[in-house]
Amino acid sequence: MSEEFKVEIVNPEKSFLSKDDVIEAIVPAFEGEMGILKDHISIISFLKPGIIIIKSKEGEKKFFVEDGIVEFKNNNLSILTSSIYNLDEVDKNRIQELLKAAEEQINNSDVSDQAKFLIDQKINVLRSIN
Amino acid sequence: MASLDDLKKRIASVKSTQKITKAMKMVAAAKLRRAQESAEKGRPYSEKMNNVILNLSNGISDKENAPKLLSGTGQEKTHLCVVMTSDRGLCGGFNSNIIKKAKSYFARIIDEGKELKIITVGSKGNDQLKRVYGDKIIENISFKESKNANYFDADKVGKMVIEKFAAGEFDVCTIFYNQFKNVITQIPQAQQIIPLKNEGEESSSEESYEFEPDEDEILTNLLPKNISTQIFKAMLENSASEQGSRMSAMDNATRNAGEMVDKLTIEYNRSRQAAITKELIEIISGAESL
Repeated sequence: MSEEFKVEIVNPEKSFLSKDDVIEAIVPAFEGEMGILKDHISIISFLKPGIIIIKSKEGEKKFFVEDGIVEFKNNNLSILTSSIYNLDEVDKNRIQELLKAAEEQINNSDVSDQAKFLIDQKINVLRSIN
Repeated sequence: MASLDDLKKRIASVKSTQKITKAMKMVAAAKLRRAQESAEKGRPYSEKMNNVILNLSNGISDKENAPKLLSGTGQEKTHLCVVMTSDRGLCGGFNSNIIKKAKSYFARIIDEGKELKIITVGSKGNDQLKRVYGDKIIENISFKESKNANYFDADKVGKMVIEKFAAGEFDVCTIFYNQFKNVITQIPQAQQIIPLKNEGEESSSEESYEFEPDEDEILTNLLPKNISTQIFKAMLENSASEQGSRMSAMDNATRNAGEMVDKLTIEYNRSRQAAITKELIEIISGAESL
C-alpha cells in the first residue's frame, strides 16, 4: 500500500501547488509544528508564520507562509493561504522587505499581544531563512 | 437630401469611429483572456474556504454563541449593500445590469421600512446611484490605479465591511456583482455575506474534525477572511464580466458602424449618379431647344 497522499496549496489568485505523491507534510500549525502522514485524522487548523515542508520521493519542498488554514480530510490536505513563497524561487530582497515590514510593525505600540507574538514568530522565521 | 460633401464627411467620421471600436474590442479580448483565467484560478480558493466554513458551522457545538458574522445580529433592521461596478464605461449593459438588480433590491428594502446603507465599489456605479440614493451612499471606493483585481484591494473592502459590522452599523450585508458565465452572458448576482447563508446542500458527511485550536476560535478568525475572499471572488468575476461585456458591445458597435458605412456609401453613390443624370438632362434639353 502506498504511503502517499494529496496536497493542494491554493492562494486567492490561483492554485499554487498540487501534488499527489506526498509522503509527509510539516506545517506550522497554531499550536506548534504538525507533521501529517497518510491517514491522519480529519483536522482543521490555523497556520502561524513559518515554513511548510512537503516531502515526496523527489525530495523536499519548502515554502514560507504568513498565515492560512489547513484542512485534512480523506487523505486530502488543503492549505489555504493568502501569502506564500517558494523558498527555492523567492528573491532574497523580498524576504528582506518582509522582514523590515515586520520589524516596523512590532515597534508599533498599538498592536495586541497576540499580534505581537505572531509578528515575532515571523521575524524569527525570516531571520532563519536569510 | 444631404449634399455630396456632407455624405463624404459622415462616411469618414463613421469609419474612424469604427476604427476606435475595433481597437477597443481587441484590447478587451486580450484583457478578457487574462481576467477569465484569473477568475477561474481564483475559484478553488473561495470554494475550499466555503467548504471549510460549512464543515465548521455544522460541527459547531454551541449554536447560540456562534460568532455574529455567522449567525447575524438577530435582527434585520439595517441593510448594507456593496455594489460592485467598473471604473470605465463603454461596456454595454454591464453596469446598468448590476444597478438594475441593486435598485430593485433597494426598493424592496425601503418598502419594508428598513434602513439602507450603500457602499459603491467602482466609480460608474456611484455615478448612477448617487442621483437617486445619494444620501444612502456611505462610502465610495475606486481602484482605478490597480490594473488587475488583486486580493489586497479586496481585503481593504472586506476589512471596512467588518469594521462597520463590529461597530453595529448594519445587520445584513449583501454584495452585488456580475457573475461571468461566458462572453455574451453575465448574470447579475446578489450574494448575502453577513450573516453567512449556507447555500447548497448540507454536507452529509458526519465525519467529525479535530480542531486546533477550538472551533469557536477558528471560526472567529476564519469568517473575516471569508468575507474578503468572497469580495475578491466578486471582483474577479466582475473584471472578467466587464471585459466580456465590453468585447461584445464593441463587436456590435463595429458591426453597426460597418453597416452604416455601407448604407451611406450607397446613398453617396446614388446622389452622385443623380447629379450626373441631372446635368446630362440639362445639357440634352439645352441642345434640343436650339
